[in-house]
Amino acid sequence: MNQAPEEVVELLPEPLVQRPGPEASLLIRQASLLDPAAGVDGEFDILVTGGEISEIAESGSLEAGEGVEVVEAAGLHVFPAFFDPHVHLRTPGQEHKEDIETGTRSAAAGGYAGLLLMANTTPPVSSPADVSALRHQAETEASVPIGFMATVTRDMAGTELTDMAELREAGAVGFTDDGLPITNPGIMRRALQYQRMCGGRIALHEEDPDLSAGGVMHEGDVSMSLGLRGVPSISESVMITRDAAIAGYECGQIQVQHLSAVESIEAIRQAKADGVDITCEVTPHHLCLTDEIVRSLDPNRHKMNPPLRTEKDRLALIDALIDGTIDCIATDHAPHAKHEKEVPYEAAMMGVTGLETAFSSIYTRLVKPGTITLELLIEKLGSGGIPFDIKPFTLTAGSTANLCLIDLEAEWVVGEDGYESRSHNSWCEDETLSGRVLMTLANGQVAYRLRSFSMGVA
Amino acid sequence: MKHLLSIDDLDREQVETLLARADSFAEVTRRDIKKVPALRGQTVVTLFYESSTRTSSSFELAAKRLSADVVSVKASGSAVDKGESLKDTVETIYAYDPAAIVIRHPYAGAAKMLTRWVDASVVNAGDGMHQHPSQALLDVFTLQNRMGSLEGKKIWIVGDVLHSRVARSNIAAFQLMGASVSVCGPPTLIPRGIESTGCDEAFAGRSREQADVVYLLRMQNERMGENFVPSIREYARLFQVNERRLGPRQLVMHPGPVNRGVEIGSDVIDSDRSLISEQVASGLAVRMAILYDLLNSGDDAAEQPADGPVPIGEPA
Repeated sequence: MNQAPEEVVELLPEPLVQRPGPEASLLIRQASLLDPAAGVDGEFDILVTGGEISEIAESGSLEAGEGVEVVEAAGLHVFPAFFDPHVHLRTPGQEHKEDIETGTRSAAAGGYAGLLLMANTTPPVSSPADVSALRHQAETEASVPIGFMATVTRDMAGTELTDMAELREAGAVGFTDDGLPITNPGIMRRALQYQRMCGGRIALHEEDPDLSAGGVMHEGDVSMSLGLRGVPSISESVMITRDAAIAGYECGQIQVQHLSAVESIEAIRQAKADGVDITCEVTPHHLCLTDEIVRSLDPNRHKMNPPLRTEKDRLALIDALIDGTIDCIATDHAPHAKHEKEVPYEAAMMGVTGLETAFSSIYTRLVKPGTITLELLIEKLGSGGIPFDIKPFTLTAGSTANLCLIDLEAEWVVGEDGYESRSHNSWCEDETLSGRVLMTLANGQVAYRLRSFSMGVA
Repeated sequence: MKHLLSIDDLDREQVETLLARADSFAEVTRRDIKKVPALRGQTVVTLFYESSTRTSSSFELAAKRLSADVVSVKASGSAVDKGESLKDTVETIYAYDPAAIVIRHPYAGAAKMLTRWVDASVVNAGDGMHQHPSQALLDVFTLQNRMGSLEGKKIWIVGDVLHSRVARSNIAAFQLMGASVSVCGPPTLIPRGIESTGCDEAFAGRSREQADVVYLLRMQNERMGENFVPSIREYARLFQVNERRLGPRQLVMHPGPVNRGVEIGSDVIDSDRSLISEQVASGLAVRMAILYDLLNSGDDAAEQPADGPVPIGEPA
């Protein structure tokens, strides 16, 4: 009911852009395929020809043609590649943290074949020229397809709307002032009114800055004990309640980013029950960690916004993921340089990286112990594009090859061999994780293969 | 014990050992020659990123009384003013091979970070609103000297608990020594989650009459812009401890600096129920004991005489 008028959508450019490259031709033999949406679950041979999945057949039945690489994948898993609707690749302006080249490499290493980039760069992505320039840059640097979000308000100042329709024509997939909330409800309302014409879901960093008041971690027993200023859970939930009401009133489409608190989940549930077009994300770190870990006062791994909350919140997030209240998992991949994190907790930048470890961390901490199923993990890592009208990748003959090959048995230590990302602020650095991405095909190209993983050529 | 970062890292026995040592150093400070050679040839650096009178001077003097070489670095007037990072400053100082670094910093966890960067003993002389363990130890020492054991005693901590590292350290230290602690202040200045420490919480001072000790916190004027209390005048009317509010057998303490006429009446400061000057005096002996303990732990401890330091000029 809330879709943009078709004549507008038709004019829009392709949402995702990638560096052109050779189309993959390979035969993955005897792999365990799992694509819950397509109902694929079992051991098959999967043949990729010219970047397209040309055939999926009984295990051991396919032969490689000339020039087709063969991957012996007995005991390995193939999943549809993942899609992350929330990453910060820092271009332009903060390339010392990350850029499109390193960021997309990092994504490919995590099994991703599509990303949406946040707009809080330096300067922010606020004009059609910014979007065009970035898309142009992606054509030479992006090893996986990426789309760009534009800001809702000019330079994220929160006072004037950007040229939303022109931004959409230039290729903006959606809008967000992520990093900052839209504090003025009048601006929020105008943006949602205007969205009815130009489309583009508005992704919201929900936080009331007056309630957060300089907080650096969750407000509770741990913040009390550490003497750190706290961010109360209601700082997030009151804004979700407000924006859900405005979106409902204006028939707008909103995506709530990085959900962290049980109160927020309740607000989303209520809004969904009321018929508001509201979607939401959760990060791997909010699913896996609580504020207890902040006692170690390590900002490199454990300082981010929204903050890690309590066990009660974490369990509620898992429940909401299972019951479908939460639409997708997004990493909020937020790289920061060493010197920005090697400072006391309160002084450190907020944010952690997550692309390379999203699958493995959740697989290790939630799937292996039986808290959630592998099917659910694959579905929620793959569904990040849906709120932005980007279809999830699928393992079906005739579709473009967007898949990842993963060894669920492999154990690896995060950061031991460095990172593909330029930054090292992984929230699970030094942890031993199960499940390693061996290879990723993105839009028909081999975007990543683990260095130690060799393949044979027929 | 290699570092002193938080009261939470100590057990009761460690505190008792340390304060017994402080007792013997208190005796040293009453001699004509107030110096012992315990740390001769060792270097102690004090690194202060916040203003301080009591803590910085007493750590400095404590190190000197132990015959250490002391370098005092203050953030203002040093390379910190020029934007040098904490890590770079610490690495620069570490080039002098100090045995101990005493640090005060406006951010929680700063002292702990140092332990990852250097091999020296690190003493937390205050990190943000988190901990100020040497203050808590000297407060326990002061109280024990006046009233004996803290076991079963009732201690009230009154004022701006929210922003107070002294409160956080002292709650833990007083409880460790067997006292029961209550916090009292306007609800805006009592942190959420305080009950997780096992403290009682009170907004009105009525039952303060039951307290054996009233520990006052400084009302920080710089907080006034943030609407924590409507006015200093009203705060003083509701929470100030003065002669009218202090029972005849109640003791009063304050970590300093005091705001006379705000959290505490001048009449009380100068009464015999005030331990404020004794706190300062205790600070020296306790900090000597802290430095001595940290720098003589591990293998080196075996080489030290078991019965404590030997004064200069006396046979070892």
